[in-house]
Amino acid sequence: MKIAVCIKRVPDMDVRFRIASDGASVDETGVKFDLNDFDAWAVEAALQLKEKAGQGEVVVVSLGPNAVQETIRKALSMGADRGIHLQADRIPFDGFAIASALAAELKDGGYDLILFGKLSPDSSNGVTGPIVAELLDLACVTSISKLDMADGGGTAKRELEGAQEIVEFKLPAVLTVDEGLNTARYPSLKGIMAAKKKPLESKPAQLGEPKVKVEKLELPPERSAGKIVGEGVAAVPELVRLLHTEARVL
Amino acid sequence: MANILAFAEARSGELRKVALEVVTAARKLADATGGEVHALLVGAPGIAAKSDQLAQHGADVVLLCEHDAFERYNPEATSALAAERIKSGGYRAALFATSAMGRDLAPRVAGKLAAGIVTDVTAVELTGDTLTVKHPINIGKVIATVSIAGTPAVVSLRPNTYSPAANPKAGRVENVAPVGDPSATRVRVKEVVAGSSGKLDLAEAPVIVAGGRGLKAAENFKLVEDLADAFGNAAVGATRAVTDDGWRPHADQIGQTGRLVSPELYIAVGISGAVQHLAGMRTSKTIVAINKDKDAPIFKIADYGIVGDVFEIVPALTAAVREARKGH
Repeated sequence: MKIAVCIKRVPDMDVRFRIASDGASVDETGVKFDLNDFDAWAVEAALQLKEKAGQGEVVVVSLGPNAVQETIRKALSMGADRGIHLQADRIPFDGFAIASALAAELKDGGYDLILFGKLSPDSSNGVTGPIVAELLDLACVTSISKLDMADGGGTAKRELEGAQEIVEFKLPAVLTVDEGLNTARYPSLKGIMAAKKKPLESKPAQLGEPKVKVEKLELPPERSAGKIVGEGVAAVPELVRLLHTEARVL
Repeated sequence: MANILAFAEARSGELRKVALEVVTAARKLADATGGEVHALLVGAPGIAAKSDQLAQHGADVVLLCEHDAFERYNPEATSALAAERIKSGGYRAALFATSAMGRDLAPRVAGKLAAGIVTDVTAVELTGDTLTVKHPINIGKVIATVSIAGTPAVVSLRPNTYSPAANPKAGRVENVAPVGDPSATRVRVKEVVAGSSGKLDLAEAPVIVAGGRGLKAAENFKLVEDLADAFGNAAVGATRAVTDDGWRPHADQIGQTGRLVSPELYIAVGISGAVQHLAGMRTSKTIVAINKDKDAPIFKIADYGIVGDVFEIVPALTAAVREARKGH
């Protein structure tokens, strides 16, 4: 089985973001980057499928500046076989532009499965995987939290609001991965050493014309800290009174 | 004049609340330019009965497609139909909900139409030729204003941002046919497994009671469930630590990698307020925190806090809420 995993380098979210001087991008000074969590679970899923089959190839693809090679190396150190870096000055916000470049790269790759994380926390759109599926006219199941492969296809589970869908699909297919599918492995020291020798091809991304444009970024209004109503059970009547008269939610 | 297509999400023969939110938002957008709202309603035979509800919320036309193949969500046939209607109808924009279905459907439609798409939008505006949206990025820590070039624009709305509003229109029903054979698909939803019956979903509940590690054990979630029951209109959520430990299903997780919620009232029980959790609930209208640690970060964003033992405070609050809601 030949599997591609599309991964993204994303900023660490545990910081206070600043808006850059252009007013339309985030100041990256001092911001750390890492492999997107959802994409790490997609890499893990691919590795598990390959291990179970006893053969196959896992190819990781990432688009962006040269720094994304570091992210690709991380996936290689987890166990992926080779990497493809699609060069672009920056990672566009526009999911369609990214999907076009990925689709152009993946089109003739002969992949049985193309995996994505369901979302990246920075642009928060969650559209790249299904758009790639449309551009390549492939079967697609999004946000899967369970996966069983069978001959020529598979069965996946998706979480709905208050329910779950059991979905059957045929190969070749695009799948996007939700939390709960697996726990991503940490790269071993041996894996990190091996990753340095694995092939990583770098070539210009064929980005599509952007269809959406970030005009402006703002920080949301700070949520002003409210009041500590009190301590212990004694504070309950006052809380209930405030919920009734002030917040009007009770 | 710009006509807007609103995708009216239904499941198991019932409209979802988000369907009315989407029609309401489409109405506002259409009114800005004197255009019409056309609601696309897809389902098994019998779904036609829901057309009137869409008309009551502002649909001038209901595009109705009834077919056995739409008994459950049919991603390929639904996206093919939606894309075909949007193209042939020349709509300025197509609105979806950022629900489990909408998250799957909207990008497929955008892909088919080679259209610009932004999801999880908290506001959408049409001024002259320019369609702009507000879209939270970086787990809600930054708000982007994004313009979408070209027609149609595909947008999905964050649930609970537009309240369904009555605005009766004609709602003339036009039957539309599926594109091709809607049963011949590569992807098929074999089964829908219902969650715990009768429980409100996190996306739709006006009140959410969420629990964290401070509850100490899975069985203590009973306290959270009892408080939710006392409200009568509340759903139960959890932190990632709790779902990772298997105390609650992953579907209940609120946060960066889980559900994004913005209820009227959010009660955080034994939740310290890790950044990844705050990302999922910081847009809640009123936040209450109950935690033993007075320095817990959750108190920095809570409107009201009580410091103390959740095992004493929560049962007392449950009793007080029951008392306050007597007669409801």
